[in-house]
Amino acid sequence: MAARRISSLLSRSIPSSTTASSRALLRNGKWNKPGFESGIRNHSTAAVLEEPISPGVSVNYTQLMINGKFVDAASGKTFPTLDPRTGEVIAHVAEGDAEDVNRAVSAARKAFDEGPWPKMTAYERSMVLLRFADLLEKHNDEIATLETWDNGKPFEQAAKIELPMIARLFRYYAGWADKIHGLTVPADGPYHIQTLHEPIGVAGQIIPWNFPLLMFAWKIGPALACGNTVVLKTAEQTPLSALYATKLLHEAGLPEGVVNVISGFGPTAGAALARHMDVDKLAFTGSTETGKVILELAAKSNLKPVTLELGGKSPFIVCEDADVDQAVELAHFALFFNQGQCCCSGSRTYVHESVYDEFLEKAKARALKRIVGDPFKKGIEQGPQIDNKQFEKILKYIRSGIESGATLETGGERLGSKGYYIQPTVFSNVKEDMVIAQDEIFGPVQSILKFKDLDEVIQRANNTRYGLAAGVFTKNIDTANTLTRALRAGTVWVNCFDVFDAGIPFGGYKMSGIGREKGEYGLKNYLQVKAVVTPLKNAAWL
Amino acid sequence: MANHEQQSNGNGEMNQLKIPEIKFTKLFINGEFVDSIKGRNFETVDPRTGEVIATVAEGDKEDVDVAVKAARTAFDQGPWPRMSGFQRARIMEKFADLIEQNNNELAALDCIDAGKLFMMGKLVDIPAGAASLRYYAGAADKIHGEVLKSTRSLHAYTLKEPIGVAGHIIPWNFPTSMFLMKVAPALAAGCTMIVKPAEQTPLSALFYAHLAKQAGVPDGVLNVVTGFGHTAGAAISSHMDIDMVCFTGSTEVGRLIMQAAATSNLKQVSLELGGKSPLIIFDDADLDKAAGLALQGIVHNKGEVCVSSSRVYVQEGIYDEFEKKLVEKAKAWKLGDPFDPNTRQGPQVDKRQFERILSYIDIGMKEGATLLTGGKPWGSKGYYVEPTVFADVKEDMQIVREEIFGPVMSLMKFKTIEEAIERANNSKYGLAAGIVTKDLNVANRVSRSIRAGIIWINCYFEFDLDFPYGGYKMSGFGRDLGLNALHKYLQVKTVATPLYDSPWL
Repeated sequence: MAARRISSLLSRSIPSSTTASSRALLRNGKWNKPGFESGIRNHSTAAVLEEPISPGVSVNYTQLMINGKFVDAASGKTFPTLDPRTGEVIAHVAEGDAEDVNRAVSAARKAFDEGPWPKMTAYERSMVLLRFADLLEKHNDEIATLETWDNGKPFEQAAKIELPMIARLFRYYAGWADKIHGLTVPADGPYHIQTLHEPIGVAGQIIPWNFPLLMFAWKIGPALACGNTVVLKTAEQTPLSALYATKLLHEAGLPEGVVNVISGFGPTAGAALARHMDVDKLAFTGSTETGKVILELAAKSNLKPVTLELGGKSPFIVCEDADVDQAVELAHFALFFNQGQCCCSGSRTYVHESVYDEFLEKAKARALKRIVGDPFKKGIEQGPQIDNKQFEKILKYIRSGIESGATLETGGERLGSKGYYIQPTVFSNVKEDMVIAQDEIFGPVQSILKFKDLDEVIQRANNTRYGLAAGVFTKNIDTANTLTRALRAGTVWVNCFDVFDAGIPFGGYKMSGIGREKGEYGLKNYLQVKAVVTPLKNAAWL
Repeated sequence: MANHEQQSNGNGEMNQLKIPEIKFTKLFINGEFVDSIKGRNFETVDPRTGEVIATVAEGDKEDVDVAVKAARTAFDQGPWPRMSGFQRARIMEKFADLIEQNNNELAALDCIDAGKLFMMGKLVDIPAGAASLRYYAGAADKIHGEVLKSTRSLHAYTLKEPIGVAGHIIPWNFPTSMFLMKVAPALAAGCTMIVKPAEQTPLSALFYAHLAKQAGVPDGVLNVVTGFGHTAGAAISSHMDIDMVCFTGSTEVGRLIMQAAATSNLKQVSLELGGKSPLIIFDDADLDKAAGLALQGIVHNKGEVCVSSSRVYVQEGIYDEFEKKLVEKAKAWKLGDPFDPNTRQGPQVDKRQFERILSYIDIGMKEGATLLTGGKPWGSKGYYVEPTVFADVKEDMQIVREEIFGPVMSLMKFKTIEEAIERANNSKYGLAAGIVTKDLNVANRVSRSIRAGIIWINCYFEFDLDFPYGGYKMSGFGRDLGLNALHKYLQVKTVATPLYDSPWL
């Protein structure tokens, strides 16, 4: 459904290029909210300087979820989770460490080895996932509020795009549960061969803070559909929504011990999970640096298979025949969406020289119009960055961009004096050897680069250690096909960006990771394949 | 000779209370219940008593034309194939929920219309029907084409497109299961359709149409034309604007349907036809279990099942003891009012079937087979037939070669595995087979040797949503259930375009 696509956010800005269904949404008035169509036109600090809007919900779940129960950490320790709008404490959350991970893993182990979860029929498992999707819908706004409060993302994005996407994803994997097929395999001789696709066992999952509950869904959706049990560690910046959702999972009929959620930090809880001898599989989404550590811990412990979804520096290529207005809008969206905190953000915008000047002028104008402010406020496009560390890191990259000779077209500074707001920032005249063109900034900083011909842009676009995604803007079918195949990236969006349906696999080439999540491909991460071979006596055929 | 408990067969006060009010008796076309154009009606009868339950609109060629027009418009211009698979899935899930909410009423309709056990409907057929909608709903957003390899510098891929307007002609033995077995995958694929239920059992189909509309299936997507095969059914199979016809029923009618398709627009055909399925019981079998399976295999749904185990082959080492056990079990089998939860077998669907079965029993006796048990009508009213077992049956007897579609088993003895395979395959049919053995090699060998669409090892009648099912030989072609059934409703389109400067091919 278009409404479930992040890209439908765009429907407010470029009605000329929207799909029929998102136009229908516009007609239905779903996005005809004040501020979306005409509201504030500058990234003025006004919104930031106002008193933060009260979220209006209370935080009810702050303990670890182990074996179906909310419990304190073994150490009794807690850590504060902060409101990125102000840096103030939202709640103190139980801080899981190695001992808690051990407890969670043994609960998951027991739930896997003794059941009932993997022993249930797939149809029964699918019914639990469907009921969970219904409950997510029922509690949509409350969960979205927690998400915005903890993460700083616009509430409307959380409530109208992400939460529905999450429910959608669980329904998608519910539909897979009873269609996980092994094969019967032909042999060279008289043998009968089958492959059984069995659940892999206890899955350890470590998720990031940029899309807390969406990442939770990408991880546990396929794991549960396949009949696994899970120990999941949330990011220390955003522990709240997963705890709430896990409570709903149990309400939907999930047996105890099947999903265990540990809040805590990477070097302690995360590392304990990654090196655990009784975890059969590990999935991680986060930075490339941490991904390396995780892979190493898996290698040094029990050789658990690992999927990694890591960083990116994804090119967004605007060809000479592109619709410039649409390309500007999508390039803007590709970079600034979610405060620029997307692993697949289009952070290298390559524009053909023939349209470069026009593009640059319009991209700058669009950034200036970006509405930044309290994410709970209607019509807000951009909230604060997640925390002080990211905030400082981004500002450092902006300074680096200026020092290395890129032209700062707009933005470049913090917004307001409180919280972690950063002005939408655009650099032009960016060169490949600059740090801002090489490193993942993970913030609202767009780098615009000029190119001449196709071979050149292919070479430059691929000249990165990352390979997560790419955007291609052209009307020419041959150019589109050439670029699509030539770009070394896990997703290529042609004349669109950030389309994230449940069925579309996502993952990286090169140092952007290993494996694919979502779609049918996502199931493979959570299945063992067992070949069963037996001789055939007097078979009628082979 | 049989000590079947004499129970009420339709006169009990308790049973009268459960008969639902008949709400839908008209054709369902383009989202509305309408009279037939000619204004004709036909009667549907309660097989417990032979009494008329309701008068139902009798669709004919011109009604089919109107229904096809509605389905065509819904396909060519309507929202259904243009929705995402997920949107279709949500509507199908709603449809499933509504079916569960109306479980009692639907089970009662099938009970009075087809003589099916009420509890079987309530606990098995109706929930499984809802589950099948959920199964195909879950498949609707997973219809994958493939990106192809070319021998040249070409980029190519396949699109799996809905086939268009489907015609479904379904039988009376499982009114609910057959309806949803056809409708659910077709809906998931994005097709629009006309369903013609059997004239014996039109009631639940009309109720399903009503629920589909309530769930949000757009008008024209699902049309139900009640009526007879030689009129409404023939109009569907020979229609120039129907893209495929799926039929479940007898081999004779299947042949007519395929002929009509051939002489009209060459529409695609899927046929699930008759059977004379063997159940092969080896010396190492657990006797009690095997006898139970064999009896179930022939009396389940009063033998009105295309996969009934109507030929039972028992290895000579256990034959005598098996025969004894089977007869004991057959005699203890409880016939009665299908509304009664203790009843294991209700009446045959109608007078015609009832008489046909009795005539086959006569033929068997004339052919020289030995009647071990049964062989007579049961009770004084309605269309009940006792579980009937013939022994001393020869392969060339009519009762072994033809589908009786009633609770009449031919019990035979065999010596070797080779002989069992040969005799089991010695049939024009190839729908199903059962094997009872503990020996892995025997199980594997027989599984591959029997020319039939589904093989049950140490079980029988184990249908499931994900298990494709259909026939070899004159039992038909095409598969129902599983993802195979979904693909039946999809066209494959290959798209190719030149590729320039691709770094790989």
